[in-house]
Amino acid sequence: MNRIKKLLIEGLWKNHPVFRQLIGMCPTLAVTTSAINGLSMGLSVIFVLTCASFIVSSLRKIIPPQVRIAVFTIIIATFVTLVDLFLKAYFPEISKSLGPYVPLIIVNCIILGRMEAFASRNPVIYSVLDGLFMGTGFTWGLVILASIREILGGGTIFGINLYQNGKILVMILPAGAFFALGFLVALMNLLEKRKW
Amino acid sequence: MKQALRITCVLTVVCLLSGFFLSFAYNKLSGKIEENQQQTIKKNVLALVENGAYMEEETSEGEKYYLIFNKEKNLVGYAITEEGNGYQGKIKILVALKSDLNSLWGIQIIESQETPGLGAKINSTEFKNQFKGLIIIPQINLTKKEPENHNEISAISGATISSRAVVKITNKAIKKLKRILEK
Repeated sequence: MNRIKKLLIEGLWKNHPVFRQLIGMCPTLAVTTSAINGLSMGLSVIFVLTCASFIVSSLRKIIPPQVRIAVFTIIIATFVTLVDLFLKAYFPEISKSLGPYVPLIIVNCIILGRMEAFASRNPVIYSVLDGLFMGTGFTWGLVILASIREILGGGTIFGINLYQNGKILVMILPAGAFFALGFLVALMNLLEKRKW
Repeated sequence: MKQALRITCVLTVVCLLSGFFLSFAYNKLSGKIEENQQQTIKKNVLALVENGAYMEEETSEGEKYYLIFNKEKNLVGYAITEEGNGYQGKIKILVALKSDLNSLWGIQIIESQETPGLGAKINSTEFKNQFKGLIIIPQINLTKKEPENHNEISAISGATISSRAVVKITNKAIKKLKRILEK
């Protein structure tokens, strides 16, 4: 039980994939132009990370160490393609706005990183939970980042109009992603350093 | 030797299983995906053509185009898709022509990855409405001022490249359709 609690805190806060480990930057910076995009990217990653963790962890004694990265990649690619097909079939709008970033989850270093660092060395139950928690951490990070950018740059949140004048256009542009991320990482550091 | 065999076996089995699952999923979902794409095109075409009631798909030399009919089953126009490069990526446009081939019903942007807030304005109604009823003889031209002629589109300020791309792709689509229909 203690271990599960520790994994939960690690994934959602202490070892947060976006704000602490700073991995998976490609989708983090690219798709966070609107909150709904951030959320759907996050959910896709949760699914892929959890399923891939399960398979990799179950097969960890069979996979020859020399070709482990190749095997991980095939497993990850399989789940990513499933997500891609699913989105195209049932959520074509979201699939369109995420564009090539869904297939690019395959090379998202969060996933390969968790396979290598965790799922290939730990029992199935913990690996699945690690995938779930890390994915959830990634998702809330993306949703916060995307919400800030959408509110400041587009004047909307989840597509709902908030205000018309005074939008800061740069927040929607790629540069805005770096600004917002920088401030959020700084804020995380500040919160961490403060003695409660 | 034994190790090489093991590596080969594991990789083969993993790949086979992966391929099996994916082809299963693809079989299940490909119909739905195809249908979505058709649905998008149909929705867009009928939104452009005021009295359009239904459409038929035709193929000529591997190029798909659509015949649009009104309720009385009279031909009211044609539609075709064309793509080309924009400022940041591919732009795919659906162009609907009136049946006399002299003017447009309008255009729809099916796919684009232009800069949000600037080039992405090619998706705005203000920009797209300029194409409604536009004369296309001899071709559509882009202007940075207020349009003076019936075949001119005014560019979005700050997004000339995206505007030019849309005009260029639309002209290309019109040419393609005319070539197909001449046959």
